[in-house]
Amino acid sequence: METLAALGQGFLVALQPTNPMWGFVGVTLGTFVGVLPGLGPALTIALLLPITYTVDATAAFILFVGIYYGAMYGGSTTSILLNTPGESATIVTALEGHRMALAGRAGPALATAAIGSFVAGTIGTLGLTFLAPTVVELALAFGPADYFSSMVLAFVTVSATLGSRPLRGLAALAFGIWLGLVGVDLQTGQARFTFGLLELLDGINVIVVCVGLFAVGETLWLAHRASLRRASIVPVRGSLWLSGEDWRRSWPAWLRGALIGFPIGALPAGGAEVPTFLSYWLERRLARRPQEFGRGAIEGVAGPEAANNASAAGVLVPMLTLGLPTSATAAIVLSAFQGYGINPGPLLMESQPQLVWGLIAGLYIANLLLLALNLPLVGLWVRVRAIPQPLLYAGILVFATVGTYGISQSPIDLVLLYAIGLLGFLMRLFDVPTAPVIIGTIPGPLAEQELRRALTIAKGDPTVLLTRPLSATLLALALTALLVPLLWRRLVRAGLRRG
Amino acid sequence: MPGRRAGIAFALAILALAALVAVEATRIPHSAYAVVGPRFFPFAVAGLLGLLGLLLLLQALAGGLLPADFAGEPFDRRAVAWVGLGLFLNVALIQSLGFVLASSLLFLCVARGFGSTRPIRHAALGFLLATLVFLGFSRLLGVRFGGGLVEGLLGAGA
Repeated sequence: METLAALGQGFLVALQPTNPMWGFVGVTLGTFVGVLPGLGPALTIALLLPITYTVDATAAFILFVGIYYGAMYGGSTTSILLNTPGESATIVTALEGHRMALAGRAGPALATAAIGSFVAGTIGTLGLTFLAPTVVELALAFGPADYFSSMVLAFVTVSATLGSRPLRGLAALAFGIWLGLVGVDLQTGQARFTFGLLELLDGINVIVVCVGLFAVGETLWLAHRASLRRASIVPVRGSLWLSGEDWRRSWPAWLRGALIGFPIGALPAGGAEVPTFLSYWLERRLARRPQEFGRGAIEGVAGPEAANNASAAGVLVPMLTLGLPTSATAAIVLSAFQGYGINPGPLLMESQPQLVWGLIAGLYIANLLLLALNLPLVGLWVRVRAIPQPLLYAGILVFATVGTYGISQSPIDLVLLYAIGLLGFLMRLFDVPTAPVIIGTIPGPLAEQELRRALTIAKGDPTVLLTRPLSATLLALALTALLVPLLWRRLVRAGLRRG
Repeated sequence: MPGRRAGIAFALAILALAALVAVEATRIPHSAYAVVGPRFFPFAVAGLLGLLGLLLLLQALAGGLLPADFAGEPFDRRAVAWVGLGLFLNVALIQSLGFVLASSLLFLCVARGFGSTRPIRHAALGFLLATLVFLGFSRLLGVRFGGGLVEGLLGAGA
């Protein structure tokens, strides 16, 4: 009941005069960047971080979560009609969705994706509403050692377990943590890794890292091979509406997808790919006609799309209750909180109830707006892709300049932006995931603080990480998450050799 | 195999980064009062990078770390050079010419790299976009861009 009353308060906040406007702007912008190739919600929110100087916190977060949800709706449209998944979480959608589009069933594919996203997004948001207060109660018992170990677990799963390239993912993470260390050490006031540059005393701005990797890196990547710049859109013909059979096949898949996606997203391990793959596998298992899979089975779109959106809501649970972001977007949202001087964690819901519940209510509203905005206007969103590529990427780089030069007016930040962009390009060339860099840069310094706090309390005794039961469990889980996939791969390889 | 050599270079770059982090970490002054000083975590990060660099080197030597394969499609040097030129001009000229003009140049170069064949039209579009972005961000969001030729005319400079 308490939760419902708080949520009611949240709706009052979210419906205050200008807030629905911010939500609307957020979902529109989110869908827009979701449809565009290579522009993700993390980059968009990073470019908009300057608004935290002028707009109040509730409005800013309603805008940001609108972008977060909107980008996912837009991303599925792109996957279905272009077979170019905007982010790894929509790879599975493209598998069946694009097949459906090629077979002239683009309309039902888009419809089941949009309605499924709505259903699962709402279930996920409900999960967030009721799970978050419970997690907060658990989190209040966390000591610094437990925090540090939960961050280690998230670091390992996000960069090594969930990606196909564990070593490269961990290297990207370590690089990100190092970037986060640049600047004055908050505990002792010592400058670290500033190379004598005054500009680096405040640290490397996370906007520079994010925009460099995602905007500059992506542009260079697309520039370097002509074939990457070609894409063809499958036109949407016929009805958008789902037939009776489509409904019957879709709705159980939506529910199953949501039930897979939310819990996995809510673990302090994160990752949206795993639930989408699991859901795809499950739907294929349960399908009455599994032979349709690979040729455009609607369940293969409905389930993974639902899993994707429910896990996006789940990711907000560790982010709001523990201050632990497990995706690049969540990390950027965390840095927005820091910009307001707010540290997400177990005390956040106590100290900022208006903000947290306003944000959660904003999620419900965003979902509803997205359903209304996406399905009827899908033709319009596809037209966004008609922006000629030369103008699109030229424009993106102008915005990238605004986002970085505008915060400091320092050419050093621009040099840094381009250097990180070049690095992002090289990382793409070697198939190194870029998201772990962001996840290392933002929570990395927090992990250091917690570790030092834990060691200080224990008078420098490092075994504190292993003697606290919770911390020891989390570290054991992290070790398992690191080693099991390696052993698994080795076993599979050995099996293949023998068979 | 050139791919294998690139993989080795990549792993060596990670090792070089680890060395850089370790060397720079020794330059962080000690702090007598803290139980765990400001150098501890940087050394841990350097160690992690070093370990990963070694493992990646082993992987690269075994031929398991190859750059993306484009089945013989050539590296589009011209396009990358145009984008690079745009970025260079932007950072070199942004303080003297101001945000609007430097960004228009950036826009023009990137568009050219991505295959634009109408430089005058696209230069005009770039100028329009940069001006609108400048006005939007400086007036609505209070972002500052420093002075410049066009900025002065628009009366919204530093």
